[in-house]
Amino acid sequence: MTTNATSGENRHLPNRLGIKGWIWGGNYTIERYLYTLHRITGLGLLLYITLHLVMNGFRLGGAESWTDLMSFFSGPGFKFGEYLVMAAFIIHALNGGRLILQHLGYTLGKPKPPVYPYVDSLRRRRPILWIMLFIIAALAIYVLVEFVT
Amino acid sequence: MQDLTFRVQRYLPGKDSKPYMQEFTVPMRQGLTVLDGLIYIKENLDNTLSFRSSCRMGICGSCGMLINNFPMLACHTPVEELNTDTITVKSLPNFPIIRDLVADLDPLFEKHRSIDPYIVMAETGDLNKLTAQFLQSGEELQSYLQFAYCVKCGLCMAACPTVSTDEFFLGPQPLCQGYRYCTDRRDTGAKQRFEKADSGHGVWLCHLAGACSEACPKGVDPALAIQLLKRAMVFDSLRLRKKPEPATPAQPIAESKPKIEVPEFTVKQ
Ligand code: SF4
Ligand code: SF4
Ligand code: FES
Repeated sequence: MTTNATSGENRHLPNRLGIKGWIWGGNYTIERYLYTLHRITGLGLLLYITLHLVMNGFRLGGAESWTDLMSFFSGPGFKFGEYLVMAAFIIHALNGGRLILQHLGYTLGKPKPPVYPYVDSLRRRRPILWIMLFIIAALAIYVLVEFVT
Repeated sequence: MQDLTFRVQRYLPGKDSKPYMQEFTVPMRQGLTVLDGLIYIKENLDNTLSFRSSCRMGICGSCGMLINNFPMLACHTPVEELNTDTITVKSLPNFPIIRDLVADLDPLFEKHRSIDPYIVMAETGDLNKLTAQFLQSGEELQSYLQFAYCVKCGLCMAACPTVSTDEFFLGPQPLCQGYRYCTDRRDTGAKQRFEKADSGHGVWLCHLAGACSEACPKGVDPALAIQLLKRAMVFDSLRLRKKPEPATPAQPIAESKPKIEVPEFTVKQ
Protein backbone atom coordinates (compact mmCIF):
# COMPACT_ATOMS: atom_id res chain seq x y z
CA MET A 1 0.00 0.00 0.00
CA THR A 2 1.60 3.28 -1.02
CA THR A 3 0.33 6.53 0.36
CA ASN A 4 1.51 10.10 0.47
CA ALA A 5 2.56 9.30 3.97
CA THR A 6 4.96 6.60 3.03
CA SER A 7 6.12 7.37 -0.47
CA GLY A 8 9.06 9.41 -1.65
CA GLU A 9 9.17 13.17 -1.54
CA ASN A 10 5.70 13.81 -0.20
CA ARG A 11 6.62 12.39 3.17
CA HIS A 12 4.31 13.68 5.89
CA LEU A 13 5.07 13.47 9.57
CA PRO A 14 3.96 10.04 10.84
CA ASN A 15 1.75 10.46 13.87
CA ARG A 16 0.99 6.92 14.96
CA LEU A 17 0.55 6.45 18.70
CA GLY A 18 2.41 3.11 18.75
CA ILE A 19 2.68 1.12 21.99
CA LYS A 20 1.45 4.14 23.97
CA GLY A 21 -1.73 3.97 21.91
CA TRP A 22 -2.61 0.48 23.01
CA ILE A 23 -1.51 0.72 26.62
CA TRP A 24 -3.09 4.05 27.48
CA GLY A 25 -6.89 3.84 27.53
CA GLY A 26 -7.34 7.61 27.88
CA ASN A 27 -10.92 8.81 28.07
CA TYR A 28 -12.40 5.59 26.74
CA THR A 29 -14.72 3.22 28.54
CA ILE A 30 -14.16 -0.04 30.37
CA GLU A 31 -13.88 -2.38 27.33
CA ARG A 32 -10.90 -0.33 26.18
CA TYR A 33 -9.18 -0.92 29.53
CA LEU A 34 -10.06 -4.61 29.43
CA TYR A 35 -8.37 -4.74 26.01
CA THR A 36 -5.11 -3.59 27.62
CA LEU A 37 -5.59 -5.81 30.67
CA HIS A 38 -6.27 -8.83 28.47
CA ARG A 39 -3.02 -8.32 26.59
CA ILE A 40 -0.99 -7.66 29.74
CA THR A 41 -2.39 -10.73 31.53
CA GLY A 42 -1.76 -12.76 28.37
CA LEU A 43 1.87 -11.63 28.22
CA GLY A 44 2.21 -12.29 31.98
CA LEU A 45 0.88 -15.84 31.62
CA LEU A 46 3.21 -16.45 28.68
CA LEU A 47 6.16 -15.30 30.78
CA TYR A 48 5.02 -17.53 33.65
CA ILE A 49 4.71 -20.60 31.44
CA THR A 50 8.19 -19.99 30.00
CA LEU A 51 9.71 -19.65 33.47
CA HIS A 52 7.75 -22.68 34.65
CA LEU A 53 9.17 -24.82 31.85
CA VAL A 54 12.72 -23.59 32.45
CA MET A 55 12.41 -24.27 36.18
CA ASN A 56 11.05 -27.73 35.60
CA GLY A 57 14.24 -28.37 33.63
CA PHE A 58 16.12 -28.11 36.95
CA ARG A 59 14.69 -31.49 37.90
CA LEU A 60 17.16 -32.99 35.46
CA GLY A 61 19.91 -31.74 37.80
CA GLY A 62 18.74 -34.11 40.53
CA ALA A 63 16.78 -33.82 43.77
CA GLU A 64 19.22 -31.46 45.44
CA SER A 65 19.16 -28.70 42.83
CA TRP A 66 15.37 -28.97 42.72
CA THR A 67 15.05 -28.57 46.54
CA ASP A 68 17.44 -25.60 46.47
CA LEU A 69 15.39 -23.95 43.78
CA MET A 70 12.13 -24.56 45.62
CA SER A 71 13.48 -23.08 48.84
CA PHE A 72 14.56 -20.00 46.83
CA PHE A 73 10.97 -19.60 45.57
CA SER A 74 9.24 -20.09 48.89
CA GLY A 75 9.41 -16.46 50.17
CA PRO A 76 6.27 -14.30 50.60
CA GLY A 77 7.18 -12.22 47.51
CA PHE A 78 7.01 -15.29 45.29
CA LYS A 79 3.83 -16.45 47.02
CA PHE A 80 2.27 -13.10 46.07
CA GLY A 81 3.65 -13.55 42.53
CA GLU A 82 1.89 -16.90 42.37
CA TYR A 83 -1.32 -15.22 43.42
CA LEU A 84 -0.89 -12.64 40.65
CA VAL A 85 -0.48 -15.46 38.12
CA MET A 86 -3.69 -17.03 39.39
CA ALA A 87 -5.53 -13.68 39.24
CA ALA A 88 -4.19 -13.10 35.69
CA PHE A 89 -5.45 -16.54 34.73
CA ILE A 90 -8.94 -15.81 36.10
CA ILE A 91 -9.13 -12.44 34.28
CA HIS A 92 -7.75 -13.82 31.02
CA ALA A 93 -9.99 -16.89 31.04
CA LEU A 94 -13.26 -15.13 31.84
CA ASN A 95 -12.64 -12.09 29.67
CA GLY A 96 -11.43 -14.42 26.92
CA GLY A 97 -14.72 -16.31 27.15
CA ARG A 98 -16.63 -13.04 26.77
CA LEU A 99 -14.43 -12.05 23.82
CA ILE A 100 -14.93 -15.37 22.03
CA LEU A 101 -18.70 -15.02 22.36
CA GLN A 102 -18.72 -11.40 21.26
CA HIS A 103 -16.24 -11.95 18.42
CA LEU A 104 -18.80 -14.35 17.04
CA GLY A 105 -21.45 -11.68 17.31
CA TYR A 106 -23.25 -13.27 20.28
CA THR A 107 -24.66 -11.06 23.06
CA LEU A 108 -24.12 -7.92 20.98
CA GLY A 109 -27.61 -7.55 19.55
CA LYS A 110 -28.59 -6.34 16.11
CA PRO A 111 -27.72 -3.12 14.31
CA LYS A 112 -30.02 -0.28 15.37
CA PRO A 113 -30.78 2.96 13.55
CA PRO A 114 -28.51 5.58 15.10
CA VAL A 115 -30.78 7.90 17.08
CA TYR A 116 -29.07 10.63 19.08
CA PRO A 117 -27.69 10.27 21.77
CA TYR A 118 -25.98 7.25 20.22
CA VAL A 119 -25.54 4.14 22.35
CA ASP A 120 -23.27 1.49 20.84
CA SER A 121 -23.88 -2.23 21.22
CA LEU A 122 -21.18 -2.73 23.87
CA ARG A 123 -22.80 -0.11 26.06
CA ARG A 124 -26.24 -1.58 25.56
CA ARG A 125 -24.86 -4.91 26.77
CA ARG A 126 -22.84 -3.44 29.64
CA PRO A 127 -24.68 -5.54 32.32
CA ILE A 128 -23.02 -8.68 30.87
CA LEU A 129 -19.67 -7.04 31.51
CA TRP A 130 -20.57 -6.11 35.09
CA ILE A 131 -21.64 -9.70 35.79
CA MET A 132 -18.34 -10.97 34.36
CA LEU A 133 -16.32 -8.48 36.45
CA PHE A 134 -18.28 -9.50 39.54
CA ILE A 135 -17.44 -13.18 38.95
CA ILE A 136 -13.77 -12.26 38.37
CA ALA A 137 -13.68 -10.28 41.64
CA ALA A 138 -15.41 -13.07 43.59
CA LEU A 139 -12.99 -15.71 42.27
CA ALA A 140 -9.96 -13.48 42.88
CA ILE A 141 -11.04 -12.90 46.50
CA TYR A 142 -11.73 -16.62 47.00
CA VAL A 143 -8.27 -17.53 45.67
CA LEU A 144 -6.68 -14.81 47.83
CA VAL A 145 -8.30 -16.25 50.95
CA GLU A 146 -7.08 -19.73 49.94
CA PHE A 147 -3.53 -18.38 49.50
CA VAL A 148 -3.50 -16.55 52.83
CA THR A 149 -4.99 -19.35 54.95
CA MET B 1 -18.13 35.07 29.79
CA GLN B 2 -14.59 33.97 30.47
CA ASP B 3 -11.97 33.81 27.71
CA LEU B 4 -10.83 30.41 26.52
CA THR B 5 -7.27 29.18 26.08
CA PHE B 6 -6.79 27.22 22.87
CA ARG B 7 -3.61 25.12 22.92
CA VAL B 8 -3.16 24.28 19.26
CA GLN B 9 -0.67 21.89 17.69
CA ARG B 10 1.49 23.53 15.03
CA TYR B 11 3.71 21.84 12.50
CA LEU B 12 5.08 23.18 9.24
CA PRO B 13 6.89 20.53 7.19
CA GLY B 14 10.32 21.59 6.05
CA LYS B 15 10.56 24.16 8.85
CA ASP B 16 9.65 22.38 12.10
CA SER B 17 11.43 19.18 13.03
CA LYS B 18 8.52 18.15 15.27
CA PRO B 19 5.11 19.51 16.25
CA TYR B 20 4.83 22.03 19.07
CA MET B 21 1.92 23.65 20.92
CA GLN B 22 0.92 27.30 20.60
CA GLU B 23 -1.54 29.12 22.86
CA PHE B 24 -4.27 31.52 21.76
CA THR B 25 -6.93 33.37 23.74
CA VAL B 26 -10.39 33.14 22.25
CA PRO B 27 -13.44 35.03 23.59
CA MET B 28 -16.17 32.66 24.77
CA ARG B 29 -19.71 33.01 23.49
CA GLN B 30 -22.74 30.79 23.82
CA GLY B 31 -22.82 27.92 21.34
CA LEU B 32 -19.17 28.31 20.33
CA THR B 33 -17.79 25.14 18.80
CA VAL B 34 -14.13 24.15 18.69
CA LEU B 35 -14.21 24.82 14.94
CA ASP B 36 -15.60 28.34 15.57
CA GLY B 37 -12.66 28.90 17.94
CA LEU B 38 -10.17 27.81 15.27
CA ILE B 39 -11.84 30.03 12.68
CA TYR B 40 -11.63 32.94 15.15
CA ILE B 41 -7.88 32.30 15.55
CA LYS B 42 -7.37 32.14 11.77
CA GLU B 43 -9.36 35.33 11.12
CA ASN B 44 -8.08 37.42 14.02
CA LEU B 45 -4.88 36.06 15.53
CA ASP B 46 -2.83 33.95 13.11
CA ASN B 47 -3.85 33.42 9.52
CA THR B 48 -1.16 30.77 8.99
CA LEU B 49 -3.07 28.24 11.12
CA SER B 50 -4.14 25.31 8.93
CA PHE B 51 -7.11 23.04 9.53
CA ARG B 52 -9.70 21.37 7.36
CA SER B 53 -13.46 21.89 7.47
CA SER B 54 -16.31 22.20 5.07
CA CYS B 55 -19.93 21.62 6.09
CA ARG B 56 -19.67 22.83 9.70
CA MET B 57 -22.49 20.49 10.67
CA GLY B 58 -21.04 17.02 11.15
CA ILE B 59 -21.79 15.76 7.67
CA CYS B 60 -18.67 15.99 5.53
CA GLY B 61 -16.30 14.37 8.03
CA SER B 62 -13.48 16.85 7.29
CA CYS B 63 -12.81 18.35 10.71
CA GLY B 64 -11.75 15.32 12.77
CA MET B 65 -9.18 16.34 15.39
CA LEU B 66 -7.89 15.21 18.76
CA ILE B 67 -9.71 17.53 21.16
CA ASN B 68 -8.74 17.29 24.83
CA ASN B 69 -7.29 13.86 24.09
CA PHE B 70 -10.35 12.41 22.39
CA PRO B 71 -10.98 12.19 18.64
CA MET B 72 -13.93 14.41 17.76
CA LEU B 73 -15.38 16.50 14.96
CA ALA B 74 -14.42 20.11 15.74
CA CYS B 75 -17.66 21.47 14.26
CA HIS B 76 -19.72 19.05 16.31
CA THR B 77 -18.08 19.83 19.64
CA PRO B 78 -19.53 22.77 21.57
CA VAL B 79 -16.92 24.17 23.94
CA GLU B 80 -19.47 24.11 26.79
CA GLU B 81 -19.57 20.31 26.58
CA LEU B 82 -15.85 20.07 27.31
CA ASN B 83 -16.35 21.58 30.80
CA THR B 84 -13.00 23.37 30.77
CA ASP B 85 -11.55 26.72 29.72
CA THR B 86 -8.44 25.13 28.23
CA ILE B 87 -8.93 23.33 24.95
CA THR B 88 -6.10 21.29 23.48
CA VAL B 89 -6.42 20.61 19.77
CA LYS B 90 -4.08 18.26 17.93
CA SER B 91 -4.01 16.58 14.56
CA LEU B 92 -5.84 13.25 14.41
CA PRO B 93 -3.45 10.54 15.66
CA ASN B 94 -2.62 7.41 13.63
CA PHE B 95 -2.67 9.59 10.49
CA PRO B 96 0.37 11.45 9.15
CA ILE B 97 0.31 15.22 9.66
CA ILE B 98 0.30 17.32 6.49
CA ARG B 99 0.44 20.61 8.36
CA ASP B 100 -0.80 21.90 11.75
CA LEU B 101 -4.19 20.22 12.28
CA VAL B 102 -4.55 18.74 8.81
CA ALA B 103 -4.24 14.96 8.94
CA ASP B 104 -3.54 12.96 5.79
CA LEU B 105 -6.58 10.68 5.47
CA ASP B 106 -5.21 8.90 2.37
CA PRO B 107 -4.34 5.71 4.30
CA LEU B 108 -8.00 5.48 5.35
CA PHE B 109 -9.31 6.05 1.83
CA GLU B 110 -6.92 3.48 0.36
CA LYS B 111 -7.89 0.83 2.89
CA HIS B 112 -11.55 1.68 2.37
CA ARG B 113 -11.16 1.31 -1.39
CA SER B 114 -9.32 -2.00 -0.96
CA ILE B 115 -12.35 -3.72 0.63
CA ASP B 116 -14.62 -3.12 -2.43
CA PRO B 117 -17.06 -0.72 -0.77
CA TYR B 118 -19.78 -0.93 -3.40
CA ILE B 119 -22.47 -3.33 -4.51
CA VAL B 120 -20.95 -6.17 -6.50
CA MET B 121 -23.48 -7.76 -8.83
CA ALA B 122 -21.99 -10.91 -10.28
CA GLU B 123 -25.30 -12.66 -10.95
CA THR B 124 -27.75 -9.85 -11.41
CA GLY B 125 -25.51 -8.00 -13.84
CA ASP B 126 -24.51 -4.41 -14.22
CA LEU B 127 -26.17 -1.95 -11.82
CA ASN B 128 -26.33 0.65 -14.57
CA LYS B 129 -28.32 -1.60 -16.88
CA LEU B 130 -31.12 -2.37 -14.45
CA THR B 131 -34.58 -1.29 -15.48
CA ALA B 132 -36.32 -1.42 -12.09
CA GLN B 133 -35.52 -0.87 -8.46
CA PHE B 134 -34.82 -3.74 -6.04
CA LEU B 135 -37.31 -4.80 -3.43
CA GLN B 136 -36.00 -4.80 0.12
CA SER B 137 -37.84 -5.34 3.37
CA GLY B 138 -37.51 -2.98 6.32
CA GLU B 139 -35.61 -5.67 8.23
CA GLU B 140 -33.14 -6.11 5.38
CA LEU B 141 -32.57 -2.39 5.31
CA GLN B 142 -31.97 -2.30 9.08
CA SER B 143 -29.24 -4.93 8.77
CA TYR B 144 -26.90 -2.40 7.14
CA LEU B 145 -28.49 1.05 7.45
CA GLN B 146 -26.65 1.96 10.67
CA PHE B 147 -23.31 1.21 9.02
CA ALA B 148 -24.21 3.25 5.94
CA TYR B 149 -24.19 6.48 7.98
CA CYS B 150 -20.37 6.57 7.95
CA VAL B 151 -18.95 9.95 6.88
CA LYS B 152 -15.35 8.70 6.51
CA CYS B 153 -14.03 11.10 9.13
CA GLY B 154 -11.40 8.67 10.43
CA LEU B 155 -12.13 9.24 14.13
CA CYS B 156 -12.55 5.50 14.68
CA MET B 157 -9.11 4.85 13.13
CA ALA B 158 -7.59 7.45 15.45
CA ALA B 159 -9.24 5.78 18.46
CA CYS B 160 -8.36 2.18 17.62
CA PRO B 161 -5.46 0.83 19.71
CA THR B 162 -4.71 -1.82 17.07
CA VAL B 163 -4.33 0.79 14.30
CA SER B 164 -1.89 2.61 16.57
CA THR B 165 0.46 -0.38 16.65
CA ASP B 166 -0.11 -1.83 13.17
CA GLU B 167 -0.24 0.67 10.34
CA PHE B 168 -1.39 -2.03 7.90
CA PHE B 169 -4.35 -3.18 10.02
CA LEU B 170 -7.40 -2.51 7.84
CA GLY B 171 -9.09 -0.82 10.77
CA PRO B 172 -12.64 -0.14 11.90
CA GLN B 173 -13.94 2.05 9.08
CA PRO B 174 -12.95 -0.18 6.12
CA LEU B 175 -13.96 -3.41 7.89
CA CYS B 176 -17.28 -1.91 8.90
CA GLN B 177 -17.94 -0.85 5.32
CA GLY B 178 -16.90 -4.30 4.13
CA TYR B 179 -19.62 -5.80 6.32
CA ARG B 180 -22.13 -3.13 5.30
CA TYR B 181 -21.98 -4.39 1.68
CA CYS B 182 -21.72 -8.09 2.56
CA THR B 183 -25.04 -7.92 4.36
CA ASP B 184 -26.83 -6.05 1.59
CA ARG B 185 -29.12 -8.42 -0.30
CA ARG B 186 -28.31 -6.75 -3.62
CA ASP B 187 -24.64 -7.61 -3.23
CA THR B 188 -22.92 -10.80 -4.32
CA GLY B 189 -19.35 -9.86 -3.39
CA ALA B 190 -19.17 -11.24 0.17
CA LYS B 191 -16.64 -13.95 -0.73
CA GLN B 192 -14.13 -11.55 -2.26
CA ARG B 193 -14.40 -9.24 0.76
CA PHE B 194 -14.02 -12.16 3.19
CA GLU B 195 -10.77 -13.08 1.45
CA LYS B 196 -9.48 -9.53 1.84
CA ALA B 197 -10.52 -9.30 5.49
CA ASP B 198 -9.01 -12.71 6.28
CA SER B 199 -5.40 -11.53 6.23
CA GLY B 200 -2.64 -11.01 8.78
CA HIS B 201 -3.67 -7.36 8.99
CA GLY B 202 -7.38 -8.03 8.67
CA VAL B 203 -10.43 -8.58 10.77
CA TRP B 204 -8.85 -10.97 13.32
CA LEU B 205 -6.63 -8.21 14.69
CA CYS B 206 -9.66 -6.44 16.13
CA HIS B 207 -9.76 -7.41 19.80
CA LEU B 208 -12.94 -5.57 20.59
CA ALA B 209 -11.74 -2.58 22.56
CA GLY B 210 -14.86 -0.73 21.43
CA ALA B 211 -12.96 2.56 21.23
CA CYS B 212 -13.97 2.97 17.57
CA SER B 213 -17.69 2.85 18.35
CA GLU B 214 -17.25 5.22 21.24
CA ALA B 215 -15.46 7.77 19.10
CA CYS B 216 -17.78 7.55 16.10
CA PRO B 217 -19.71 10.82 15.81
CA LYS B 218 -22.45 9.29 13.65
CA GLY B 219 -23.46 6.31 15.82
CA VAL B 220 -22.20 3.86 13.19
CA ASP B 221 -20.91 1.29 15.73
CA PRO B 222 -18.03 -0.16 13.67
CA ALA B 223 -17.11 -2.56 16.51
CA LEU B 224 -20.49 -4.29 16.10
CA ALA B 225 -20.09 -4.49 12.31
CA ILE B 226 -16.62 -6.04 12.69
CA GLN B 227 -17.85 -8.74 15.09
CA LEU B 228 -20.76 -9.52 12.74
CA LEU B 229 -18.25 -9.73 9.89
CA LYS B 230 -16.15 -12.22 11.89
CA ARG B 231 -19.26 -14.25 12.60
CA ALA B 232 -20.21 -14.28 8.92
CA MET B 233 -16.68 -15.35 7.96
CA VAL B 234 -16.47 -18.13 10.56
CA PHE B 235 -19.92 -19.46 9.66
CA ASP B 236 -19.08 -19.21 5.96
CA SER B 237 -15.89 -21.25 6.39
CA LEU B 238 -17.90 -23.89 8.30
CA ARG B 239 -20.54 -23.77 5.54
CA LEU B 240 -23.11 -22.72 8.12
CA ARG B 241 -23.71 -19.20 6.85
CA LYS B 242 -27.24 -18.61 5.68
CA LYS B 243 -26.73 -16.92 2.35
CA PRO B 244 -29.17 -14.06 1.85
CA GLU B 245 -31.58 -14.67 -1.02
CA PRO B 246 -30.43 -12.60 -4.00
CA ALA B 247 -32.51 -9.47 -4.36
CA THR B 248 -35.11 -9.40 -7.08
CA PRO B 249 -35.90 -6.30 -9.09
CA ALA B 250 -39.42 -4.98 -8.63
CA GLN B 251 -41.85 -5.36 -11.51
CA PRO B 252 -42.10 -2.17 -13.47
CA ILE B 253 -45.33 -0.38 -12.63
CA ALA B 254 -47.73 -1.23 -15.45
CA GLU B 255 -49.95 1.80 -15.24
CA SER B 256 -48.83 5.14 -14.01
CA LYS B 257 -51.24 7.56 -12.44
CA PRO B 258 -52.12 10.60 -14.52
CA LYS B 259 -49.98 13.61 -13.75
CA ILE B 260 -51.52 16.19 -11.46
CA GLU B 261 -52.19 19.34 -13.38
CA VAL B 262 -50.02 22.26 -12.29
CA PRO B 263 -52.28 25.13 -11.21
CA GLU B 264 -51.97 28.13 -13.43
CA PHE B 265 -50.85 30.57 -10.71
CA THR B 266 -47.69 28.57 -9.83
CA VAL B 267 -46.35 28.83 -13.36
CA LYS B 268 -44.16 31.81 -14.04
CA GLN B 269 -45.56 33.71 -16.98
S1 SF4 C 1 -13.25 -2.76 18.36
FE1 SF4 C 1 -11.62 -3.47 17.00
S2 SF4 C 1 -11.51 -1.95 15.41
FE2 SF4 C 1 -12.69 -1.05 17.10
S3 SF4 C 1 -11.17 0.06 18.28
FE3 SF4 C 1 -11.30 -1.97 19.11
S4 SF4 C 1 -9.70 -3.15 18.10
FE4 SF4 C 1 -10.04 -1.31 16.91
S1 SF4 D 1 -17.27 4.69 11.29
FE1 SF4 D 1 -17.78 6.60 12.35
S2 SF4 D 1 -15.81 7.36 13.12
FE2 SF4 D 1 -15.35 5.82 11.59
S3 SF4 D 1 -15.06 6.99 9.70
FE3 SF4 D 1 -17.21 6.32 9.77
S4 SF4 D 1 -18.32 8.03 10.72
FE4 SF4 D 1 -16.13 8.34 11.14
S1 FES E 1 -16.86 20.53 8.94
FE1 FES E 1 -17.95 18.87 8.07
S2 FES E 1 -17.95 17.44 9.65
FE2 FES E 1 -17.05 19.14 10.60
